[in-house]
Amino acid sequence: MDFNPLDPNYLPWLIPVPPLISFALIVLFVGRSKFWSHILALTAVIISWVISWGVYLQVAYGIENFGAAVYGNSIDWLDLGETTFKMGVVVDPLTAIMLFMVPLAILMIFIYSIGYMNAYPEDDAHQKRSARFFAYLSLFAGAMLTLVVADNLLLLFVGWEVMGLCSYLLIGFLIEKKSANQAAVKAFMTTRVADVLMLVGIGYLYAMTGTLNFREIMYVNHGEMLEMLAEADAPLFGMSAAALIGILLVMGTVGKSSQFPLHVWLPDAMEGPTPVSAMIHAAAMVSAGVYMIIRMYPLLSAGGNPHAGDYTEPLMLMGVVGSFTALFAAVLGVGQDDVKRVLAYSTISQLGFMVAALGIGAYVAAAFHLITHAFFKALLFMSSGAVIHAMEHGEHHAHGHDAHGHDDHGHHELPHGAYGQLHAFEGEEIPEWNTTMVPDGIVLDYVADPNNVRYMGGLLNRIPITALAFAAGGLSLAGFPLVTAGFWSKDEILADALLVGLGDGNFYWLHVLVFVSLIIAATFTAFYTGRLWLMTFWGRPRSAAAEHATLMAGGVDDHKLAEVPYYLRWQKVLRDDEYVDDHLKGKSQLQKFFAVYRDSFPMQLPLVILSFFAIFAGFVGIHPDFWFLKIFTGENNYFKNFLAPTIVESIEVPDFSIVPVLFSFAAALGGLTAAWFVYGAQPIKAGQKDPVHNLIGDSAWAALQNRFYLDTLFLRAFYVPFEWFGRVVTYRWIDKETIDELLFMFADGAVWIGEAIKRLNYVVIDGVGDGIPRLIGMFGGWFRNIQSGRVQQYMLFVAAAALMLGTLLVALAL
Amino acid sequence: MVPLYMYLLVAAALFCIGVFGVLSRRNAIAILMGIELMLNAVNINLVAFWRYLKPDEINGQVFAAFVFVVAAAEAAVGLALIISVYRNRNTVEAEDINLLKW
Amino acid sequence: MEFTYETVAFFIFALTTLGSGIMVVTDENLFHASLYLLFSLFGVSGLFVLLVAPFLAAVQVLVYMGAIGILIIFAIMLTRGMMKMDQVYNSQRVAAAVVAVLLFIALAVTLTPIVDELEFGEDLNAELAEDPVADVTYETVNELGKVITDRNGFVLPFEVASLLLTAAMIGAIVVAREDEA
Repeated sequence: MDFNPLDPNYLPWLIPVPPLISFALIVLFVGRSKFWSHILALTAVIISWVISWGVYLQVAYGIENFGAAVYGNSIDWLDLGETTFKMGVVVDPLTAIMLFMVPLAILMIFIYSIGYMNAYPEDDAHQKRSARFFAYLSLFAGAMLTLVVADNLLLLFVGWEVMGLCSYLLIGFLIEKKSANQAAVKAFMTTRVADVLMLVGIGYLYAMTGTLNFREIMYVNHGEMLEMLAEADAPLFGMSAAALIGILLVMGTVGKSSQFPLHVWLPDAMEGPTPVSAMIHAAAMVSAGVYMIIRMYPLLSAGGNPHAGDYTEPLMLMGVVGSFTALFAAVLGVGQDDVKRVLAYSTISQLGFMVAALGIGAYVAAAFHLITHAFFKALLFMSSGAVIHAMEHGEHHAHGHDAHGHDDHGHHELPHGAYGQLHAFEGEEIPEWNTTMVPDGIVLDYVADPNNVRYMGGLLNRIPITALAFAAGGLSLAGFPLVTAGFWSKDEILADALLVGLGDGNFYWLHVLVFVSLIIAATFTAFYTGRLWLMTFWGRPRSAAAEHATLMAGGVDDHKLAEVPYYLRWQKVLRDDEYVDDHLKGKSQLQKFFAVYRDSFPMQLPLVILSFFAIFAGFVGIHPDFWFLKIFTGENNYFKNFLAPTIVESIEVPDFSIVPVLFSFAAALGGLTAAWFVYGAQPIKAGQKDPVHNLIGDSAWAALQNRFYLDTLFLRAFYVPFEWFGRVVTYRWIDKETIDELLFMFADGAVWIGEAIKRLNYVVIDGVGDGIPRLIGMFGGWFRNIQSGRVQQYMLFVAAAALMLGTLLVALAL
Repeated sequence: MVPLYMYLLVAAALFCIGVFGVLSRRNAIAILMGIELMLNAVNINLVAFWRYLKPDEINGQVFAAFVFVVAAAEAAVGLALIISVYRNRNTVEAEDINLLKW
Repeated sequence: MEFTYETVAFFIFALTTLGSGIMVVTDENLFHASLYLLFSLFGVSGLFVLLVAPFLAAVQVLVYMGAIGILIIFAIMLTRGMMKMDQVYNSQRVAAAVVAVLLFIALAVTLTPIVDELEFGEDLNAELAEDPVADVTYETVNELGKVITDRNGFVLPFEVASLLLTAAMIGAIVVAREDEA
């Protein structure tokens, strides 16, 4: 058998390897070098990306009937008596599309991270920190890719848990921030709860089937094993084994993909650096949760048929939780001021869409939305990171100019300080509306100034590329009709829900519930997306920081450049010495480029690339009967035809109907139009209350900002009692007064016994042990007296001995 | 005629006297003298056996002659040693010459 | 055992030998002891004569009494300080006496025909023929010389003995001479 190095049976093994190697290399060898860690991490990810796309292109265009036949390879990993546990990789259509999306998103994030990390000061500590950051990111990427190519649940779980660890490390990456630390712990603990349940599910599955291999469980012999599982009774609530396993696995996803009620970690996870947010929210972590349930869908639906209204318990759980989460998070998104937090809630909401879609069996639609969402959400996060970055620069500039007395360039109407009167200086009271207080004074969250959309405004003119990219991502998120990827994927979910749930005179309750929730959620989504974009980029700057916001790394004459139209700035800076600072005058264009666009180039390149996917990725999944847009997809729904064979049985495509499309149109356009009238037509001014605040009143607004007090509730319901329990009951009563006392008693007893044994030791054992040598010494001492050195004595002995011997001989002779 | 065993008894007695001297005297020269007595006792034996049992062969006398040779050599070396020891340690007492002890 | 002159002579020589021997090991004065040694050796030479070994008797007188005796006397005089000691005997004299006596008893029991069962009893009882002297050639000195120098005889031990004497002489000189350093 000749070995083909590009054989897709073996190639997937290599996909997760480069980032893992780069992780090791960075940690071991270049932990102090920013430059080398960047090079290593980026190289590794590029290699992974190339291999992944190589595999994808081979399987997507190379073979007929892909899906029924898959690629894969496994090795014997653990001999378990009669069975052998195998570890391996598999490439089926689902893996293939993940291999299309994940490495690309990760690569974009890595490129972006280089720019992001460049923006920090160049001191030694930062060198180390930057290396550390890329090490973690590499590990994260390696874990995600492992999870994607895994052919069994255990290997998937390994990647899953390593990602949990990385998310902990990266969310808490800014170790000086207490809030970051708390957020990291929160994320870790919350997902841990879910992971334990999931592990129980995996264990149960293994106990029932003796294998964790996806294909063996779900496809071999036409799902024989699934039938067995669906018919076996579980020890709980009269469910089938398949249902119980499914519910446990879904619980894992609820934690990982942050569904209600375990969603609380995700908004806090925004404490991490922005690339991390993009990584967690788009490319890797939360996608992993959805990926897993898509992967396990045949098991989750075993014994039921959601397309005929016959839901299994895991499907019901997913449908209810997903649709509720989608709606709930979408509503919360309206009331957030932190640009990243809005996106966090949108992530939760969109994940809810996917989970709900799976709940009604819209398998392809969920996967489709997973892919498009990853693209536009990565885009949005990176854009928001650029915005925050620009705001931080702007704050720096504004402070710098204030310090130098440059107060004369057009922001007289704004007070001193980067954030004007709203800025909370150290030691000052934090403005009440700017914090989320719970009545007993615990500050749940404090919106950092550069993140706060209320200080932004007018950034369209300052960072136009970012603004447009943000718009592309935002429209996709809002589901702007026809031209964005998000519209198509979302529409497919809604169409599935509506057409199956109410078509042909049926009434399937879960489908209807999902449809209603999601259509409302989609409206809210469009609204808060519009609000976010308009608050950020539209209108006039609401703070000095926003007015000076820039992504240029410095070295330009800000005032002169401000008068130049933005599309000419690039040229002006590079070609015209007039617009740069003294130290850059006369330098070559390349030097100027590196000095000025050092941060913004790597930060904006991914935005442009991802914008493309955020817009056009949707065209692969258009319904074949959709009017004129056939031209993009031909006669087939490409995505569906590609993916559907993953689950062997063919998915019924409902006939095309205009009704759900109209609903989608209405939701997206309605939300966006409302946002325009509220925030766009008359942009809010600095210090002005949010119009929605005015509309719904103080208490409702506070509820929104406090996330419906759910975190407070968790705090009260879990943290406070557990803390009390831990401090008083466990620590003081049980630990200190009971266990410690007991331990002291034991310790005293042990010491006493030890003493006794010591005595015994001295007397008996030492007595014997020392006695034997002492006895030997005594005999030696005795006998050595024979060795007197006196010849006569020796002779006497000789004579006596000879006498005795002689006597003996004679006596014997007689 | 004197029977053979009378000579043997005399030789045995002389030998035992020599043994006693060797074992009990303190002076190293006296010990040497004891040794000479023992050697003489041996000679008496040799000659007596020759005379009574094998008078036709001369070997008995040859052995006795060799004993003389050895005795002379022993006396010379022994006395030289004693004088050397006396010169170095100012004693000829056998009990004092105990450098070989533990 | 009939009483003859020879018997008388035997007893005289035997008593001289043994009596002087006892005095050798018991006399407190070492010089006297050495003189008693000469007496004892003289007695031995007398016994040699009785055993018809005149050459050995002569050698006994010349070598033992003449050479070794003088050597011992010289040694005694060279170590004169030690001639008289507070104690003649060391601490094990009783044990030595016991061993010596026991040894003698053992030998005597073995050698004398008291115990008939001993195989060699007959030989020990054998008395000489009527004229023992007649049996013996008086050319013993001649024969002795021939045997010693005969290549089939004792020439090798003889040469070894001469080597021994040479070595002893050199050794004695080396050991006994004063250190020049």
